[in-house]
Amino acid sequence: MNGSTARTRTTAAPAAGSTVTAGGTAEGATDVDQLRLLHRRRTFGAWFKDKGWRHLVGIAVTIFAVFPLLYVLSAAFNSTGTLVGSNALFSKLDLGNFTALFNDPSRPFGRWFVNTMVVGVVTSAATVFLGAMAAYAFSRMRFKGRRIGLLSLLLLQMFPQLLAVVAIFLLLSGISEVIPALGLGSQLGLIMVYLGGALGVNTYLMYGFFNTVPQSLDEAAKIDGASHVQIFFGIILRLVTPILAVVGLLAFIGISSEFVIASVVLTDPDSQTLAVGLYSFVAQQRSENWGVFAAGAVLAAVPVMALFLFLQRYIVSGLTQGSVKG
Amino acid sequence: MRKGRFGQDSTKGIVAKIVLLGLVDALAVYVLMMLFLSQSWGALGVSSAVVLAINWIYLRKGGLPAKYLAPGVLFLLVFQVFVVLFSGYIAFTNYGDGHNSTKDDAIAAIQLTAQKRVPDSPAYKAAVLTKGNDFYLLFTDPDGKATIGSTGTPLKEVPDAGTDSAGKANSVDGYQTLTFQEIVANQQEILAITVPVSDNPADGTLRTADGSNAYEFKPALTYDAAADTFTDTDTGAVYRDNGKGAFADGNGETLTTGWKIDVGMENFARAFTDPSLRGPLLGVILWTFTFAVTSVALTFALGLFLAVTFNREDLRGKKVYRILMILPYAFPAFLSGLVWSGILNPQFGWLNQTLLGGATIGWLTDPLLAKVSVLVVNLWLGFPYMFLVCTGALQSLPTELDEAARMDGAGPWRVFRSIKLPLLLVSIAPLLISSFAFNFNNFNVIYMLTGGGPRFADTDRDIGATDILITLVYKVAFGQGTGRDYGLASALAIIIFIIVATVSAISFKQTKALEDVNS
Repeated sequence: MNGSTARTRTTAAPAAGSTVTAGGTAEGATDVDQLRLLHRRRTFGAWFKDKGWRHLVGIAVTIFAVFPLLYVLSAAFNSTGTLVGSNALFSKLDLGNFTALFNDPSRPFGRWFVNTMVVGVVTSAATVFLGAMAAYAFSRMRFKGRRIGLLSLLLLQMFPQLLAVVAIFLLLSGISEVIPALGLGSQLGLIMVYLGGALGVNTYLMYGFFNTVPQSLDEAAKIDGASHVQIFFGIILRLVTPILAVVGLLAFIGISSEFVIASVVLTDPDSQTLAVGLYSFVAQQRSENWGVFAAGAVLAAVPVMALFLFLQRYIVSGLTQGSVKG
Repeated sequence: MRKGRFGQDSTKGIVAKIVLLGLVDALAVYVLMMLFLSQSWGALGVSSAVVLAINWIYLRKGGLPAKYLAPGVLFLLVFQVFVVLFSGYIAFTNYGDGHNSTKDDAIAAIQLTAQKRVPDSPAYKAAVLTKGNDFYLLFTDPDGKATIGSTGTPLKEVPDAGTDSAGKANSVDGYQTLTFQEIVANQQEILAITVPVSDNPADGTLRTADGSNAYEFKPALTYDAAADTFTDTDTGAVYRDNGKGAFADGNGETLTTGWKIDVGMENFARAFTDPSLRGPLLGVILWTFTFAVTSVALTFALGLFLAVTFNREDLRGKKVYRILMILPYAFPAFLSGLVWSGILNPQFGWLNQTLLGGATIGWLTDPLLAKVSVLVVNLWLGFPYMFLVCTGALQSLPTELDEAARMDGAGPWRVFRSIKLPLLLVSIAPLLISSFAFNFNNFNVIYMLTGGGPRFADTDRDIGATDILITLVYKVAFGQGTGRDYGLASALAIIIFIIVATVSAISFKQTKALEDVNS
């Protein structure tokens, strides 16, 4: 119910915006010309007071936002390789750092990349699935402990898993004495740990969205003899695909940046993820390995950023929905 | 609310269910068997109960919600709820380096590690052999008798060992003899081999320093099982169980290897009384709050300012600004700290070297500047999120309010302050609270940028001016240099729990009040 009000509120805004632009285009061509003249007649001071300062702010903040990214990009393509050598931005462009990156057997960057993808994709897919199942139960079924369940999920997500990192480490080291494949040093073990956080905020977000899918659809399907599984996979999941994508993507981004638990669980360089591995590049000598680190950072960041910008619209709407929903 | 009944499960569905449940049960049987073999009865009992519960949930008719909730809840219970309770337990023990096992293990370990060469003992000739991945030492004693053994495998006589011309045994069937080059290449492993002379640790061990000669080592401490004491064979000092999980002599001097015991509130007490910990810890707690509150305030202020600035339909280039400005949010968070640490590096960084022409300002090494740097970097990381969220919230405000206020003669600033901001805060406040909770434990930015440094001068522990509680927990538990102290780390984690719980309880009450006031 919360979710449905949120939807109407946010959809109202773009609608209001579009009427403004529609009004603008509806005016005749001559009016537009007159407007242009008016614009030209306006003084610079008036323009600055109205819009110019906004551009100034925009340019200043853009420089602040983009500069570190340009800096790391320049360092990646500068095979001088040290911190000092990277200071002259874009003074040198070559691929030396990238070849060095892939030819260091003690720091297998390629493996880290694959590991991160595997852990990230498996975890986020499982997160979406587990969260969606729970959200389905909370949204479509009425049972004892439903309210308490929802509230405890909301409560539990206040406490991130990394707080219990010591206990997680000891639990996994206990598990590895019995089943080494699930214990310390295993990616499967790490995935299991991450899945402990699969419910929580995701379920709550999806619950709101599931509620916006009208119950009458379920009822109609039930009359046609659909089972609960068919309704879940065939109707609900299809209608909420965007939010599933958002949850999955946010989970993926979060997990590919996760350092604390991964660094404790994955001890062997061959099994590590990018976050742990790239940190090891600069943990001891930040200056010497800088160029190679920058190359690795660029390669690590590109897929995540591309995905993010590609799905930007959905993420933003997911975020604002979350905000308005409360 | 459930009106109609769900239809029958399809055959495909039933088959899928049986296959999945079968796989889970097969795995479960394997796990249970392993638990049985390792004689972990407690874990075996709990696991059996879980397996039975899973089968009951999925095989019975009805109970539909449980079928959908069980997998997620199972992971949640083990890796979120249980680990928290487990942290609570560890916080009351002295678990950590030197205290990680039982007393019996500790006694055996002391006898094994506290070794010294037996004076005037004979020198053995040694050869290094391998079998599989393990190294073995082949000894020839002064009488010419050959024996073989390895770490954890006591000496065994090998009468049929091959010998060289000098009578030194150098090969055994089924083992590979290492060449000199191979010995050099595996030096570390070979130096670490300690071969027990017999099953009794008190009998001593044989070790080699160079792969060709070996000497007899005996425990420097002898254990008296009846009195439960260790006696130093040289000085005659007697070490007794001091009740704190270690053996100590009359002067309070303890042996390094101890065992795990429950210590009650001692970890908490230590955190606030130990002089090397109390001052720094209070500083860290204060800074954690300052960091979290300031970060939220700064990111929200900049985000809101930008949202208002760019909330104009007719601003040219708005889309471009927006994309460029949210780039930091898309950049992986753990990399941001590292990249900024390069820019801000006091010796070689771009800011000092290029922008400030060779200045030596300690952006990351001066306590105050380091704090400012951390805040600036966190602002960089966090403002795009606030910008997006504030834009969304601003656009969802009803436009009539704005118009009505203008009709009444309110200026833009007045409209913003008295109408938009309060409405905005209602929807944003919960996000500000979760942002606070997130920054309270924002490990990545601190650890990657400064590693918590610069270190406090008044303590020998690895605690610094920009450390927040969670980085301190990590460094206490897994840090290099100082020993790992899981008990203390868990106690600190429990303190964070209590703080976060209190703060969110209070603030959620406050936001409820805010909502009531406005509606």
